[in-house]
Amino acid sequence: MIHFERFQLNNGLKVIVHKDVSTPMAVLDILYDVGARDEDAAKTGFAHLFEHLMFGGSVNIPDYDEPLQVAGGENNAYTTNDLTNYYCQLPAENLETAFWLESDRMLSLAFSEKSLDVQRKVVSEEFKEHYLNKPYGNAWHIMREMAYTQHPYRWMTIGKELSHIEEASLKDVKAFFFKHYTPANAIMVVAGNVEMDEVIRLAEKWFGGIEAGATYTRNIAREPEQKEARKQVVNAAVPLDAFYKCWHMAGRMDQRYYTADLITDILGGSTSSRLFQTLVKEKKLFSNIECHHFGSMDEGLLAIEGKLVKGVSPETADAAVEMVLDSLRNEKVAEKELQKVKNKTESIMAFEDMSLMNRANSLAYYELLGDAALMNNELEKYNAVTTEDILSESRRIFDDSKSNTLYYLASKK
Amino acid sequence: MIQKTAPLNRKQAPRIKDAIEFDLTLKPYEKLVLDNGIEVYAVHAGPEELMQVEWVFSAGNWYESQNGIAAATNYLIKNGTKDKSAFELSEQVDFYGAYLNRNCYNETANITLHTLTRHLSSLLPIVSEIITDSIYPVGELDIYKQNMKQRLEVNLKKCDFVANRLIDEYLFGINHPYGKYNSSKTYDELEREKLEAFHRQYYLNGKCTIFVAGVLPKDLHQQLNSHFGQLPLNRVAVTDIDHPIREAVEKNYRIINDPNGVQGAVRIARPFIDRKHPDFAATQVLNALFGGFFGSRLMNNIREDKGYTYGIHSYFQNYMHGSSWMISTEAGKDVCEETVKEIYNEMKELREVPVPAEELLLVKNYLIGTILGDLDGPFHIIGRWKNIILNGLTEDYFYNSVQTIKTVDSKTLQELANKYLDPASFYELVVV
Repeated sequence: MIHFERFQLNNGLKVIVHKDVSTPMAVLDILYDVGARDEDAAKTGFAHLFEHLMFGGSVNIPDYDEPLQVAGGENNAYTTNDLTNYYCQLPAENLETAFWLESDRMLSLAFSEKSLDVQRKVVSEEFKEHYLNKPYGNAWHIMREMAYTQHPYRWMTIGKELSHIEEASLKDVKAFFFKHYTPANAIMVVAGNVEMDEVIRLAEKWFGGIEAGATYTRNIAREPEQKEARKQVVNAAVPLDAFYKCWHMAGRMDQRYYTADLITDILGGSTSSRLFQTLVKEKKLFSNIECHHFGSMDEGLLAIEGKLVKGVSPETADAAVEMVLDSLRNEKVAEKELQKVKNKTESIMAFEDMSLMNRANSLAYYELLGDAALMNNELEKYNAVTTEDILSESRRIFDDSKSNTLYYLASKK
Repeated sequence: MIQKTAPLNRKQAPRIKDAIEFDLTLKPYEKLVLDNGIEVYAVHAGPEELMQVEWVFSAGNWYESQNGIAAATNYLIKNGTKDKSAFELSEQVDFYGAYLNRNCYNETANITLHTLTRHLSSLLPIVSEIITDSIYPVGELDIYKQNMKQRLEVNLKKCDFVANRLIDEYLFGINHPYGKYNSSKTYDELEREKLEAFHRQYYLNGKCTIFVAGVLPKDLHQQLNSHFGQLPLNRVAVTDIDHPIREAVEKNYRIINDPNGVQGAVRIARPFIDRKHPDFAATQVLNALFGGFFGSRLMNNIREDKGYTYGIHSYFQNYMHGSSWMISTEAGKDVCEETVKEIYNEMKELREVPVPAEELLLVKNYLIGTILGDLDGPFHIIGRWKNIILNGLTEDYFYNSVQTIKTVDSKTLQELANKYLDPASFYELVVV
């Protein structure tokens, strides 16, 4: 059970306070309700590029990192398709430094040409390092484009293509900032060795004077229901054939999300899971195989991917995956198997909550979902899933007419 | 009533307490000794009813007589015992929501268990079983060989993977445990009898130390004793093996691994002093300044000023019998040479110009702040202790390092830069 209190400033900024006196540290986490799904299809990768620019100096403070490091703190940030999260941890006695830094960049950035120029290059290198210069690096670019025709989940947070990042202008940057980086569009979590009264005082002092700004209303095209199976074959200079397949699943706030999450654990996730045991160990068709999903807020994707053992045709591998899925579509899983993945989930959540930073991140995330208190009800929702739910949800998800398949093949030399 | 307050001056940083004024304490461990002499180091702390148990064996690459034996023995230790198949073992662990992992390093190899405290007693018998009764089924070994060869083939396409192997070879020599690496042939030559023999010598009859952390059960000692205190561990001293280091003569290398690659992996490294050397603590500060954190000079110059890379880092590879100082980055293919040049420029700057007081204070505060944050939670605390204990150091090592970080001055750092950041001592490699 994670305890917290909350208040809201007049400009709309929501603040959550989680007190833990067992640590000498404090965490300040600010989550902005903006992700790659809020981007224009012609300017993708912007939310993530923008995250880099948030470290390029704010209106009154030329450098974000230095004063934080002087105060003994460290920080980082991440962008997903749904949100952007900034967090820093520092000795609790220096908490005000974090308020000073974070409030100034919410007030306004420095918008320097130099910073934009450098970060465009840095992000281009990040793009190359993770997506171009690695074998199979572009597989999920292809998969997303195949699985989504309308919804902005069809591009990755890094962006659809390098040119979108290279062409970003300072004008775009400013417009993005004033549209999304407003107090009402943010959630702040203060965690650690902190006092509620002091947090209220600091929040009023540093954030209270920031103007509320215009309200942003999200208006995202809903993905139409997929009617027929889609399939692509790619040949590239990779050493092994690889197999990717995905289906659509419920969004984060749907109870069916929890069922789908447990299905991925039954299929993948450990060496006793079905795909690994059947296809790697018994049939020896894959050298590795995994099943995962993206935890997306809107309707997301559940995926199976793996590398084939040399000499195995992708059609054989595909059919074997379908046979494993048949067992889920045709009969209920044993109670014991369901209990196993529930136990695993309980354990993962407990381990995650060990770290103060993770607790702060989670509180902000659940508040974005609607209420930070949801964090404490997660286990109940998993425990409510029955073997009937697994059966009916497996039938619904693994419908072949809603599948997207990619054979990523080693080109013959 | 109108309350008068001074307008908020956002240009003025709030007053801080310098992190170097903080007192750092490393929470002490409790030491238990099992009937057969196994030492158990335990840290009881934490907000959640969880724990981590780690069995550390002297069973790393150092002790193998053929490439890949130590790693394969470690990897397959949970893939079948006299009574249970790999699947059965894995399913039992999974049922309790636990994680049973194993890792093989240069000198040591371990088995780690992460579990909710309430399930510990159900899981310890499984760990004991894999230490005593692992049988290395040939079918499991065949799958391992095939899958590791395939994984290697994918990795060999990556410039960073290739660069990491080569730079270690230059530093230590291809026949040294730190410098050698696997080929497809290495895997082909693995035989189950050799794994079994290695398991018998270095696990079942080997040297083991246990590290435990988290919210611990009251009968921990008794539980560990009944499952591990009677095993034939720690009876024979591990034989010392000497592996001479053979550094490469040639210092400069440019390798084309992928003619179509868009980035190059840059590695610049030199042999370095070990933890026990009197200069070591202060060089940690020098390393941080140079390339050891986000605000370092290399990061500021090569990422934040020039945008050549997503990240650049310098760090020490500290092994028990040898060390190196490494600078590592992946940079755009056409700016790799410029990156190399800038790395040497930053070395030169550190040699020739004393570090300004403000920058030095920043780095010290940052380092102390990081240690303070890192002492949060039982797993981090036991990690620090493990490092101290396995390297034959004492508690003083921690407090002396902290003291050195707090007090080292610019003059000393400049002397160290002149002593260690000499370009002629560095190997230089770019792999595209």
